[in-house]
Amino acid sequence: MPGLLSFPTITRRAWKVWYRNLEVFLRTWKVNFFPPFIEALLYLFAIGLGLGTYVREINGTPYVNFIAPAILGIAVMNSAFFECTYGSYVRMYYQKSFDAMIATPLSIEDVIAGEILWGATRAVLYVVLMLPVLALFGVISLPLSLLAIPVAFLGGLMFAGIAMCFTAVTPSIDTLNYPSFLFITPMVLFSGTFFPLTVMPVLLQDFAYIVLPLTHVVAIMRMLTLPDLALTGAASLAWISAVTFVFCFLSINLMKRRLIV
Amino acid sequence: MEETGRSPGHGDGIIEADGLKKAYGSMVAVDGIRFSVKKGEIFGFLGPNGAGKTTTMKMITCVSPRSGGTLSVFGIDPETDPAGIKARLGVIPQETNLDPDYTCAGNLLSYSRYFDIPRDVAEKRVEALLAFVQLTEKRDVTVEKLSGGMKRRLILARALVNDPALLVLDEPTIGLDPQARHLIWEKLKSLQAQGNTIVMTTHYLDEAARLCDRLVIMDNGKILVEGTPAELVQQHAGEEVVEVEPTGEVVSCLDELEIPYERFGDVLQIATGSSREVAKILLERCRPRKVLTRPATLEDVFLKLTGRTLRE
Repeated sequence: MPGLLSFPTITRRAWKVWYRNLEVFLRTWKVNFFPPFIEALLYLFAIGLGLGTYVREINGTPYVNFIAPAILGIAVMNSAFFECTYGSYVRMYYQKSFDAMIATPLSIEDVIAGEILWGATRAVLYVVLMLPVLALFGVISLPLSLLAIPVAFLGGLMFAGIAMCFTAVTPSIDTLNYPSFLFITPMVLFSGTFFPLTVMPVLLQDFAYIVLPLTHVVAIMRMLTLPDLALTGAASLAWISAVTFVFCFLSINLMKRRLIV
Repeated sequence: MEETGRSPGHGDGIIEADGLKKAYGSMVAVDGIRFSVKKGEIFGFLGPNGAGKTTTMKMITCVSPRSGGTLSVFGIDPETDPAGIKARLGVIPQETNLDPDYTCAGNLLSYSRYFDIPRDVAEKRVEALLAFVQLTEKRDVTVEKLSGGMKRRLILARALVNDPALLVLDEPTIGLDPQARHLIWEKLKSLQAQGNTIVMTTHYLDEAARLCDRLVIMDNGKILVEGTPAELVQQHAGEEVVEVEPTGEVVSCLDELEIPYERFGDVLQIATGSSREVAKILLERCRPRKVLTRPATLEDVFLKLTGRTLRE
């Protein structure tokens, strides 16, 4: 068995797997295109207008403008992560789609790479659909906020890769609940999303920066939407790139170990 | 279809395996088997559950790496160019794994893409294949709405989208009603007539006897025998079988006459060259309640070689 950190061989055929998922997604576009609008509106109304009446501004920024990039960051995380956990697991285990695909010239590396690319694409689609809503409410700056789209792809790749690692090692679909509750939910709350990290103890701040991927995604999104560019953005970008690289390849090797016996 | 049934000449077959082995930790699933599948034949793998048939199919179809021995498909080693082999392979897996997110036609079209078949070519081919497996009316129906037999037929059509030179079928008619099985058999025969080579596993011994030019019977990861169905029956089960109810009278009578028999549950079986003669002796001297004579079958061979113990 190859080492878990070895470099997998991926071919262009990975895009065929990506295309399969896109085709199925577009066929049910009415169901799929609705949630991003609703979600953006819900956040804006509940937290922006509701909570925002009490917390008028944070460090001089209107509260609703402060949380707008967090909405984008959370959307990137959720769409990519849940696509490549529950979505991929269903295709792998219940639909046996991966088995059907690797009976063709596609390799398991191609299949998993295609799934991860698709997870990242879902993150991009989500952000693309949310941006007009946020722009309409005037809570993000243009045109700099358009850069949220490529950031969504990179962040999406990262969360898709991490998700695929969980999918590769989970014994059943039920145990995928653990990363959802122990990893995703805490990140939604403690990654500088609805309040600045600086109000927390330094230890927790460090923890958020070193361990929680969403912290970096939200930080970059916020620099773009406020806008408030800083050099730390480059550090966050580097952090995301490194983690993306490691987890995407690790997940492919883990999946290979799970499926090729 | 004259075959010696012994070790065929190695080197010129579509599939060549020698000392082929697969181990999962200390569990040996396939234990050094040697076989050769020639162009244009239907070659069967028979054996009880856990014999190693499916594992062998998985090694041939390049989805499971071998642990030892040599294997070549179309003269290519699965380890060096799996995509090259898989491009020319049609596979029917044991488990139905059609894509529930697509219609019948959609399944075939999306599968065509994985083989780099151009869209316009694929579209024509899909219509022809749907007609071939008699599913044209179900063209736009999602696969969940198909019966078991229809799903199996659609999988056969899917295995043919790339116009494969070799078909690998793992229990192609599992769980089908007689009508659906006959239809699949007919299609497989017509594919063979078009020059396809077919490798299949099956638990249905009548199916193997009817379809296979040559077959092997496996047990515990090893090949026990190889040959044409007729040869195997003759070598291992004789020509005919007499079955009689095992009353005390019949048993002592057979012992007295020194006619060898085997007891399987509530039936005694006597393998013989001439069932009429044995039946006549039985009727005249042993007062049996019921006597049945029949030709020996592959099932007799199978049970004789692999025993009657239930497998996992």
